[in-house]
Amino acid sequence: MPHASFPGGYRWPDTEGHFEEYGGRFVAETLIRPLDELAAVYREAREEDAFWKAFEEDLAHYVGRPSPLYFAQCLSRENGGAQIWLKREDLNHTGAHKINNTVGQAMLAKRMGKTRIIAETGAGQHGVASATVSARLGLQCVVYMGSEDIERQAPNVYRMKMLGAEVIPVTSGSRTLKDALNEALRDWVTHVENTFYIIGSVAGPAPYPEMVRDFQAIIGREARSQIQERAGRLPDLLVACVGGGSNAIGLFHPFLDDPDVRMLGVEAAGLGLETGQHAAPLACGRAGVLHGNRTYLMEDEAGQILATHSVSAGLDYPGVGPEHALLKDLGRVEYTSATDEEALQAFHLLTRTEGIIPALESAHAVAGALQAAREMPEDAIVVVNLSGRGDKDIDAVARREGLSL
Amino acid sequence: MSRIAGRFAQLQEAGRTALVPYLTAGDPEPAATVPLLHTLVRAGADLIELGVPFSDPMADGPVIQAACERALAHQVRLRDVLDMAAEFRNDDAETPLILMGYANPIVAMGVGTFAEQAAQAGVDGVLVVDLPPEEADAVRHALIDHELDEIFLLAPTTTETRIRQICGQAKGFLYYVSLRGTTGADRLDMEDVAERMKCIRTHATLPVGIGFGIKDADSAARAAELADAVVVGSALIDRIQAATDPHAAATELLQDLRAGIDTADHPGGAP
Repeated sequence: MPHASFPGGYRWPDTEGHFEEYGGRFVAETLIRPLDELAAVYREAREEDAFWKAFEEDLAHYVGRPSPLYFAQCLSRENGGAQIWLKREDLNHTGAHKINNTVGQAMLAKRMGKTRIIAETGAGQHGVASATVSARLGLQCVVYMGSEDIERQAPNVYRMKMLGAEVIPVTSGSRTLKDALNEALRDWVTHVENTFYIIGSVAGPAPYPEMVRDFQAIIGREARSQIQERAGRLPDLLVACVGGGSNAIGLFHPFLDDPDVRMLGVEAAGLGLETGQHAAPLACGRAGVLHGNRTYLMEDEAGQILATHSVSAGLDYPGVGPEHALLKDLGRVEYTSATDEEALQAFHLLTRTEGIIPALESAHAVAGALQAAREMPEDAIVVVNLSGRGDKDIDAVARREGLSL
Repeated sequence: MSRIAGRFAQLQEAGRTALVPYLTAGDPEPAATVPLLHTLVRAGADLIELGVPFSDPMADGPVIQAACERALAHQVRLRDVLDMAAEFRNDDAETPLILMGYANPIVAMGVGTFAEQAAQAGVDGVLVVDLPPEEADAVRHALIDHELDEIFLLAPTTTETRIRQICGQAKGFLYYVSLRGTTGADRLDMEDVAERMKCIRTHATLPVGIGFGIKDADSAARAAELADAVVVGSALIDRIQAATDPHAAATELLQDLRAGIDTADHPGGAP
């Protein structure tokens, strides 16, 4: 039985990449043809069984999928309330869900005969995942990264360089993820002939939000069959952090037509929503146009994009994938937020109770799940997307606590 | 007849190619803009493009991005740019003025409000860089309601089918982005531009301008061989930024470009 909101099944986006009023293709004329070409190649590839077979083959033997679905018994007991299960994307090769998407897009790059890969990165996980697939396929790789993020995610910068990628610091604007995206778009406009732009989230112009979702939906498909096998039923609640929102869409999408499965997206509340120092456009923003699509944005009253703040570089972005904007308006997914402080508490609690160090991004999802689970009965099931591991963050966490490693 | 069409008709009659300078409004400070616009007209500008500063100017190179950052540091917003346009229009009833910028400030103001106030301020045309025709419906209707010309970009990557479609929707003139890259880039291949312009001319009834990569008398002259208008932005901002007397610097560059353009044979491709 489909969800009551979606008679006939969930059906977005339309052929133009619109999620109702969101999404679309707001780019300068030069990029229209490369986007058309990409959309055509993707539409062709996704009809081929052989394409998906090759994709899944790589996910199994190179990435290490399926990722486990782990019942975090100690964390659940300590917290009280519902059972918390963790979808262990942190155990993927390169340590996060980002690799699922880069494997898929790199296959398309090869198919299109492109020899050069560019990517933007915030926390560095998508940059590492792009550098990784480029190394494997012998493609040149250039990663744009805000100079502030380079500072706070130094280990990932070194990993990218070891993998043969060139990391270009972006010093314009707020020197974080949004500015890295601007720079990557500028690079693409200049080198469209030989360059494939691997966007790391369900953001950017069509067809990216749909394509990235389709590559990340493996997370939800696995979780769905794993929980049915282990618990004999579907979960009551899914929880994921939302920056651009690819790990969240990846988990949620295969469940959208299941009416009894609730979903919770957790944005970064930074120093607190009331301070304005956060990265929660769904909570506080309004619809506008940035980076090729229409979505909720953090902007001033005159439409200038605001600087954001989050302890987590991967969530430090003023926009959000357009599909999340639609899911919010439809009421299908509920969105909440966790502050830096709440995320850090969840980070430590998960580390101590389960021996799992989460990425600071994923710690936001854990924080949201802990709170929700406390309000739910003990036999309820909450599945949290543990989208990445925290190795990259231990320096930053130590620094916040006055330690130097 | 709109001010833009009228100006191109005059130029056509005189056998001249238009010189179209671009400035970012509010750069380096808000009070500088209107006097600079008048200087540009005195130095030979036929039309003027006034850039609306945006925090994330994705299609622009480092020069215009820096100009946006300087203007935004002075809190220059779309509303202020419209005030500058109106102030310019008080003393200049002739020179067509085109606003160029990104979609979000217009969306934030509301497209209807924007079109109404832009028309009141004496603006003649609007070019929204990140608004291709497929996404431009709401803006197009608002601009038509207020008799403003919606100007579209054509790029080296634009297919012929699409050139035909855009030519059917554009008003005022067409703006050919003469290279793959951002504004201010330095790789203008005139043979390639000539080839593309030939194709555009078979579909265009409007005048066609060339921009991106024009920086001196020589590049302006070569562009003027092919186009009805030559646009210069980054090179002008660079000169103004480096000069102790911005008015003298702007005048000098525009006079150089004008001289270059006038050595070229006007293509006479426009009606």
